[in-house]
Amino acid sequence: MAATPIPLEVRDIKKRFGDVEVLKGLSLEAHKGDVITLIGASGSGKSTFLRCMNLLEQPDEGDLLVHGEEIRFKQTRHGREPADWKQVVAMRAKLSMVFQSFNLWAHMTLLENVIEAPVHVLGKSKKEAIEHGRALLERVGLAERADYYPAQMSGGQQQRGAIARALAMDPEVMLFDEPTSALDPELVGDVLKVMRDLAEEGRTMIVVTHEMAFARDVSTQVIYLHQGHVEEAGPPAEVLGNPRSGRLKQFLAPKH
Amino acid sequence: MIDLHGYGPRLLEGALVTIELAVLSLVVAVVLGLLTASAKMSRNWMLHKVATLYTTVIRGVPDLVLMMLMFFGGQIGINMFTDMLYDRFDIDIFINVNEFVAGVITIGLIFGAYMGETFRGAFMAVDNGQIEAGRAYGMSHWLVFRRIRFPLMMRHALPGLSNNWMVLLKTTALVSVIGLSDMVRVASEASKATREPFTFMIIVALIYLLIATFSEWGFARLQKRYDVGFGESH
Repeated sequence: MAATPIPLEVRDIKKRFGDVEVLKGLSLEAHKGDVITLIGASGSGKSTFLRCMNLLEQPDEGDLLVHGEEIRFKQTRHGREPADWKQVVAMRAKLSMVFQSFNLWAHMTLLENVIEAPVHVLGKSKKEAIEHGRALLERVGLAERADYYPAQMSGGQQQRGAIARALAMDPEVMLFDEPTSALDPELVGDVLKVMRDLAEEGRTMIVVTHEMAFARDVSTQVIYLHQGHVEEAGPPAEVLGNPRSGRLKQFLAPKH
Repeated sequence: MIDLHGYGPRLLEGALVTIELAVLSLVVAVVLGLLTASAKMSRNWMLHKVATLYTTVIRGVPDLVLMMLMFFGGQIGINMFTDMLYDRFDIDIFINVNEFVAGVITIGLIFGAYMGETFRGAFMAVDNGQIEAGRAYGMSHWLVFRRIRFPLMMRHALPGLSNNWMVLLKTTALVSVIGLSDMVRVASEASKATREPFTFMIIVALIYLLIATFSEWGFARLQKRYDVGFGESH
């Protein structure tokens, strides 16, 4: 069998904010179809780790490989930075991110949000992007909201719209940064359902979440972070079903 | 009917000069303002220093003084430069400072400094999450600016921008001191010649008011355009 490149590989990422080392050497490999959930208390570094994967944060050390291609870095006066921003831009187009606060572009309608990057970054024709975009909105249950502006939609609708925007890029890997944390409880279910469907159809996903049921039922791997290092990692049945470390037991306890 | 003693066509020409001067100065000021705002927000300290020096000097010196410095001082500076070219390299050229160009550059420079602050505040008001989303979707720096940062910033900048424009429009009257025949200069010549200052000044005042009213309508439309997506509900 020919070796296909791994969609996303992260090796030994370290990150400091001032004197505080928030990531102390984190690695992961996301193979095709993997759903990796990152869990941990706030301040454990899980969101920062995710944001290092598409370089919204610059890791101070460590390697990043997207589809087998290694991102090149250089040292500057401001610390380590990518050597070639064109490479970063191309890499980011392969990973799409869903944010905690949705971050749909406020001055564009939902459909305009969904076709924006496919047209201007991937160079798709507008007609093709609109066709694809409408199908995706249909899929997340927002077909009739295509011409609404984000401010006119509920949080749950905005987040499903943001997922459609992410899907429109045909990404290799989807990054979810606490996608349900800003939602009212009754809106969480719809968003999680869309994410479950995505996992079922074999999308490669990395999800920072507090939704333990989602982590348990959907993920192929769970990583529990504590103060910037991996405390426990493995299949959900092991990590969540039979936690070994006292910290993880404590972390899981109030939710049972 | 008011008797303009034959000054009608010249007044009209003067009004056109005023409008051309104001619009071109606005273009220079907006470009300079965007550059200044970017420089002030840049982490390059040289750019930051240069931009700060620029806004401090311009905002600290009266417009009229700057105008005369640019026009008369500028001519002396250019003459020194062309003399130097002649002495050293035997190149014989003569450049005359054109009043209109000097006016556009001076007013553009003055209002660029004010626009810079307007734009800087407006850029800072844009939600960073919107910018991050653009970057996360593989947009280049320029594409993020053009498609996201700029349109979102404009919503915050427009009230200040329209205010600056109104002041700029009236500042164009200063160019009459460097001999440019804008409508204020034509009117003051006509007033002296006919001894009917009220007739001509009231007309000038009304023309300014007309331009200002039209601008307010234009800015209201622009504001509506950049407000799209904000604060509406179904």
